[in-house]
Amino acid sequence: MRIGYYPGCSLQGSGKEYSESLFAVAEKCGIVLEEINDWNCCGASAAHSLNHDLSVALPARTLALAEKQGLEQILVPCAACFGRLATAQQELVSSEPMRAKMSDYLEMPVKGTARILTVFEFLQEHIFPVADQYIVNKLNHKTACYYGCLLSRPKDLTRLEFPEDPMEMDAVMEMAGATPIDWAFKTECCGAGLSVSRTDIVAKLSAKIVEDAVSRGAESIVVACPMCQMNLDLRRKEINKQMDKGSDIPVMFITQALGLSMGLSADKLGLNRHFVSTGKVVSCVGRKEV
Amino acid sequence: MENTELHTGDKSLKQLVEKSVGVEIQTCYQCGKCTAGCPLNEEMDLMPNQILRMLQAEYPGYENEILTSTSIWLCLACDTCYSRCPQEVKLPHIMDFLRQESVRQKLVNPKAKNILRFHRAFLDEVERNGKLNELGLTIDYKLRSMDLFQDLQNAPSMLLKGKLGLIPHRVQNPDEIKKLFKKING
Repeated sequence: MRIGYYPGCSLQGSGKEYSESLFAVAEKCGIVLEEINDWNCCGASAAHSLNHDLSVALPARTLALAEKQGLEQILVPCAACFGRLATAQQELVSSEPMRAKMSDYLEMPVKGTARILTVFEFLQEHIFPVADQYIVNKLNHKTACYYGCLLSRPKDLTRLEFPEDPMEMDAVMEMAGATPIDWAFKTECCGAGLSVSRTDIVAKLSAKIVEDAVSRGAESIVVACPMCQMNLDLRRKEINKQMDKGSDIPVMFITQALGLSMGLSADKLGLNRHFVSTGKVVSCVGRKEV
Repeated sequence: MENTELHTGDKSLKQLVEKSVGVEIQTCYQCGKCTAGCPLNEEMDLMPNQILRMLQAEYPGYENEILTSTSIWLCLACDTCYSRCPQEVKLPHIMDFLRQESVRQKLVNPKAKNILRFHRAFLDEVERNGKLNELGLTIDYKLRSMDLFQDLQNAPSMLLKGKLGLIPHRVQNPDEIKKLFKKING
């Protein structure tokens, strides 16, 4: 079955390496992702904070375009975009007046029936079954899988079995030959959309996450959300000021880690785009087991 | 949220919340899990469970107190409260509604002005291009907040790392998005 793809704005900008590594892994496994033609921004926190109709209409336009393209499933790797598209879909599917209102705004029909896949579902359903034959390296190091908010909650959207202690990324990292640690900040919030307007808050919240991961012996943090990655990586200077002792632990996307284990080059996976060097993790490849 | 058309009339804030968000405020039995799990409880002037209690009690002046609070702007919509609520009270949706009502009644707390400026700069950028361009957003926000220095040091390295595009991404016909915004904003 065809797999539609909604990159969202981050994956074309500050989270570019997420899409680069996703495509590199998909290509390696022979999977084709079909971008939704002329997709638009999901509206993110700004739309749902200021205008409810807009927060449904923006994702609804993208869903309508996907329907027009005949896509029955869409992969949305960004956690925030996933949250917005899935929330809008829930409203469209459960309310005929909402569907009518949105069709009227958009001047095209919208049903909202396509299946929206999280990156975890995509990996489980499409990469897991074939991954074995492509994994050539072991990422021998201890890693903290950080899920954040919108890939964990709310449960009715994310469909996670254990939203307070998810294991989806831990399974991927184990497959890649790393050792996921048990830690306390797996699903805590990094400060998300307050990154620019209240950097002080983001530094405080993110510092707690980095601190816990480091104190339990993690050598990398693995994420699946471009906001989490940006806050933990780009804001490291501010984060380090909040910690007793600063840390240079790298923050990778799950697809970058998986790509490394498949023998893809650091360059192809965008591992050179980070603010905190990922060199240490890259050099873990093939290291003695931990 | 089920209905966003506002007919304030003589309805109280509690009634408006219930109608717009589709919740029953009285179902909250004040267990306090929302506040205990809130990542921003230390920063808030009103605790999440306190806002629900005020909506329940409806004592004189409660509406202003809620709508002028910083809490409604600090809420990150992380959904921790809703996920742990034994009564499934949709607090993040209530917070969305309270923010919108606070703007409508011009009661936004001065300490939350930069958060609002950022949201507005974000939506204006989406209205212009249909997609968000981080460089455009940052410049626009800097001009609105006059907080010109913060983040400036990151821009050159973001450009070098290919994380900031100089040429904005756009939908094929930006007028289509402008029209959509116009229809919704009336």
